[in-house]
Amino acid sequence: MSLKSFPCAGHCDPLKSQGQSRPYKSPLKNEAKMTPTKLLTAALMFGLSGFIAAPAQAELTLPPFTEGVIEPMPFAVPDFIDEGGANGLAADIARVVAADLAGTGLFIETPKDAYISRVTSFDAPISYPDWQAINTQALITGAVQAGGDRIVVKFRLFDVTTGQPQGEGLQFAGTPGSWRRMAHKVADAVYSRITGEGPYFDSRVVYVSESGPKNQRQKRLGVMDYDGANVKYLTDSSSIVLAPRFSPSGDRILFTSYASGFPAIYLMDVGSLKTRNLGEVPGTMTFAPRFSPDGNTVVFSLEKGGNSDIYSMDIGSGSMTQLTNAPSIETSPSFSPDGSKIVFESDRSGTQQIYMMGAGGGEGERISNGKGRYSTPVWSPRGDMIAFTKQNEGRFHIGAMLTDGTEERLLTASFLDEGPTWAPNGRVIMFTREGAGAGGQAGLMSVDVSGRNLKTIPTDGPASDPSWSPMLP
Amino acid sequence: MTLLPKALLIVAALGLAACNNPDRYKNGNAANGANTGVGTAIDTNGLGDPSNPRSIAYFNQSVGDRVLFPVDQSTLTAEARGVLAGQASWLATNGDYAIIIEGHADEQGTREYNLALGARRAASVQDYLISQGVSAGRMRTISYGKERPIEVCSDEACYSKNRRAVTVLSMGTGA
Repeated sequence: MSLKSFPCAGHCDPLKSQGQSRPYKSPLKNEAKMTPTKLLTAALMFGLSGFIAAPAQAELTLPPFTEGVIEPMPFAVPDFIDEGGANGLAADIARVVAADLAGTGLFIETPKDAYISRVTSFDAPISYPDWQAINTQALITGAVQAGGDRIVVKFRLFDVTTGQPQGEGLQFAGTPGSWRRMAHKVADAVYSRITGEGPYFDSRVVYVSESGPKNQRQKRLGVMDYDGANVKYLTDSSSIVLAPRFSPSGDRILFTSYASGFPAIYLMDVGSLKTRNLGEVPGTMTFAPRFSPDGNTVVFSLEKGGNSDIYSMDIGSGSMTQLTNAPSIETSPSFSPDGSKIVFESDRSGTQQIYMMGAGGGEGERISNGKGRYSTPVWSPRGDMIAFTKQNEGRFHIGAMLTDGTEERLLTASFLDEGPTWAPNGRVIMFTREGAGAGGQAGLMSVDVSGRNLKTIPTDGPASDPSWSPMLP
Repeated sequence: MTLLPKALLIVAALGLAACNNPDRYKNGNAANGANTGVGTAIDTNGLGDPSNPRSIAYFNQSVGDRVLFPVDQSTLTAEARGVLAGQASWLATNGDYAIIIEGHADEQGTREYNLALGARRAASVQDYLISQGVSAGRMRTISYGKERPIEVCSDEACYSKNRRAVTVLSMGTGA
């Protein structure tokens, strides 16, 4: 995980060479030759302690995301330079950048009081020895200019060890109200350059905000930045609302509501909050909706006479197609990113298991193989993995496996974990964790697909059912 | 009917208007995009006097308004069938009541599966009541999954009470 550990044969341009993304399928098979179970165990045992010595090579990048043990890379983000009118924003933006990076667990901030050098101008030369002396490895400098209804944020990333800029400086412009988004974009660029992974900080999460005791729980839809900031409520608590899901373009939300008295699926426009019932059929319940990758179709469960099957609906015309036809419970459908397949859960075998079928429907093929019950499958946006909830021996787990059901790994364990959702880069999973008993509240947590960096997402009260947006435009 | 106090009649009349919305658990008034203007949180539980054998209170307490299920099951136990037979015969002589059957699950399951499981339980009860002569036209089902437990501890003592189907009566649209 340190800058030294990247196995770059010969000469790598320290800061640029890390842009290639690494396909997910291989990591479990190469590198340390660990089985998923061993890998996870190692991650859990050693956490971020950097217990395993990094290979002695001199390059600036992070090892593959899936490696079990990492040593966080030290970085410094001095307050951005106020180039006019920025006021407190110059410091605020630097703080958000630092929080994004440190929050991944892959980076650790070098404390400000250790700084020897001051960055006084965005274009001034960097005094690398001053940063090398305090053992930081990545230096991020930036500047903010504000005027009228516009702010401009620019940044540069430097590899302190080699004394080189890493990649080009970038500039973002927007309204003052979007300053956090610009900070996230800076952090995304830094994260991507160093890890080789796609970005995910500049994204939102729609979720259910909860209040009241367990037997009278009130629920409303909320949407927030991925880190819990900028909360906005989309409904009040007058009806139970469940399991919202973002559209692939982030402009609409599907959810289940009891607004009519009976559970049914609704479609909301995020901008206008205009909401419509997607054609409630009397005597039936519709639930568990999800968009197709093109955003034009919704797959969902429809229950009639006690039996739930999976249907699809063309959002424009409202025409429905039945995709499964079995006396068992079929629910929680999720499309592959290319739209060709649907993964879903069914209890046709006697317990909940995960199946895959073509987008046109059919019986499907079972892909979950381990002990226990498997549910809520969600296809990774990268297409390489399926996240799920697993129940076994009285515990709940969030897990991930390859799309053929192999290489299953459990990332969490608790009294009640459920409902995974993927970050836009397919490397981080957010989910609901609920405590036991009358005082047990629900909250949001995230974990890397490696099993590392389990953490709580700050929300302004109990929360559940997160759904991660795509990257914002 | 003539024994019902006037206030109850008013409640029942409102219940008729609100009968599209069976949600006993609604909170406050609707004022957002997700609400279609139907529900205004009118509770239809004019329970009446439990000593009046035609009252909802009597049905709830003396006939028994609910049946319980084993873990992850929707098949009726012998005990449940006994309760439902009693419900059916009471409903046969009290034809004015409309019936909502609520299906519920305990928290040991994922949210969407539990919605489906609650629907299965409600349907089991509905099917049995139909087999006992209750008109299908009087009944609707609704699943709450694990959203509305009545007991909140996290052990079997509570779970066993939460795995239930409840027959909820309202005056108005019976046979």
